[in-house]
Amino acid sequence: MSEKFNKAAETKRWIAGAIVFVILGLVGALSNSYIVSLMTIVLLFTFMGQSWNLMLGIGGQLSIGHALFVGLGAYSVGVLYLKYGISPWIGLLAGMVIAGSVGAVLAWLSFRFEVHGIYFALLTIAAAEFARIMFSGWEFVGAMQGLFFPAPTGEVDISMLRGGARFYYFVALALAAIGIAGTELISRSYLGYVWRAMRDDDEAARALGVRTFRHKILVISISAASAAAGGGILALVQGAIFPDSIMGMGISVDVLIGPVVGGLGTAFGPLVGSLAAIPLNHLMGALGDSLGIPGLNNIAYGVILISVVWFLPDGIWPAVVRGYAAIKGSLFARPLKLRKAEE
Amino acid sequence: MTTLLDVKNLTRSFGGLVAVNDVSFALAKGQITALIGPNGAGKTTCFNLVAGALKPTSGQVFFQGQSIEGAPPENVCRMGIARTFQIVRPMRDMSVLENAMVGAFSWTRNVSEARSTAYESLESVGLVGKANARTDQLTMSDRKMLEVAKALSTRPKLLLLDEVMAGLRPTEAVSVVQVLRKLAESGLTILLVEHVMRIVMEVASTVVVLHHGAKIAEGCPKDVVADPQVLESYLGAGFHA
Repeated sequence: MSEKFNKAAETKRWIAGAIVFVILGLVGALSNSYIVSLMTIVLLFTFMGQSWNLMLGIGGQLSIGHALFVGLGAYSVGVLYLKYGISPWIGLLAGMVIAGSVGAVLAWLSFRFEVHGIYFALLTIAAAEFARIMFSGWEFVGAMQGLFFPAPTGEVDISMLRGGARFYYFVALALAAIGIAGTELISRSYLGYVWRAMRDDDEAARALGVRTFRHKILVISISAASAAAGGGILALVQGAIFPDSIMGMGISVDVLIGPVVGGLGTAFGPLVGSLAAIPLNHLMGALGDSLGIPGLNNIAYGVILISVVWFLPDGIWPAVVRGYAAIKGSLFARPLKLRKAEE
Repeated sequence: MTTLLDVKNLTRSFGGLVAVNDVSFALAKGQITALIGPNGAGKTTCFNLVAGALKPTSGQVFFQGQSIEGAPPENVCRMGIARTFQIVRPMRDMSVLENAMVGAFSWTRNVSEARSTAYESLESVGLVGKANARTDQLTMSDRKMLEVAKALSTRPKLLLLDEVMAGLRPTEAVSVVQVLRKLAESGLTILLVEHVMRIVMEVASTVVVLHHGAKIAEGCPKDVVADPQVLESYLGAGFHA
């Protein structure tokens, strides 16, 4: 009986997700260019946040250096396109392979030598900073001067992934949809179960036959590869790649704000969190500029982070779900009481 | 009577302390064997050596004729030895059912197959009615039973239970005994580490007694409790029944 109940709830979730994305599609088609470019960033960080969320929220592995993977994706697309005229599609693929491998090697080395948890997180920061400094001094990839894409002609060329702002909006929308659906599918597959078991208790999971060493490497590698795909698109959207901005700590923080604010380990958390945090950041930045108070956006960021951690420690999305359940519960109070009695 | 697990001259020292000293015993298929002894006798260390959580300093462990000592716990589990923990360790953000599903993924990747196996495991420990509950809603005895269900989902040939009865009320312990008996009847071999003597007497067909890391007695429960060396280790020298 509960099996059927789960199936129905599952279908409902997919339909709700589809409706959200239809609305987001309409936003992209009908809004002005400011909203479109802002929302493109929101959707890209939804996708990259989702990759980070997969790693911590489901796999239990903390990274504070996701800028490393974002940057590797961006540089793969940029270098292959600008130096060799190779399609960004190939660049994205190359970036995913490179970042996935770097992530796997980093994880292997770390866990092989028993570096876990917060120490692994420190290692990810070190790796990202190392890469940023390396790319800053590497003439071939533009060093500090960075790489520039030619200005968009406004003509859409799908084979080269080139187009105007609205084109990139829909690319980002597709990525976000893939990210959310992918996370949902993974968390329902056997990987989702063994990863969550490993997240909750590594030793107990091993006692149940979970080969946690290889699963940690796998989840980090998948997370890194998908962050790289987001980074590749981010580079195309921004039209330029600078080591300090694409591989800096700022990106690592921006990537994790969405899932932390929205709800760790949930499919919709990164979208909700990015929707809350990024527009607020831009709005406060603009307000700060007009009032002559630079840095107002950073204060706003800090305030929203602290209030979420204080009032909704598991994020906005789980609180919304609980609120919805409570409203539904009060409408159907009797059956709920009966259900409790059954338990 | 075929031997499933053969422990030979197992020794483990921590620095200067020899926690398990040259212990040998064998487990017969389909039987319940209890590993007992006073506090600090080396029961749990011995248990962890078999389960792969600790590597022995010397000695061997054969499972179905295959040497397994020093193998990591996940491999030991995949060979058919499942364990529970003395301090219960539910995956706290997963439901009771999901907890019981994890073990099944050691032999299948099919989620619905894992789910039906988990239901069977929960059924055999009497937890099926609480499948959708959160683990923090369970009573202590239910949590202990969830540990057993989690282990059962790995489809073990040998089940290692570390003090499943500790901290339970007598009525709860009786129902656990019934569960264990049923599991043994279905062909499962069980090794218990246990403190509660009354239960050991009732359920085990063989008892191995450890004292200061060494084996001091082995046999059927009735003989073992009459053994003067065993009495001495539990009650002190000079006490005779």
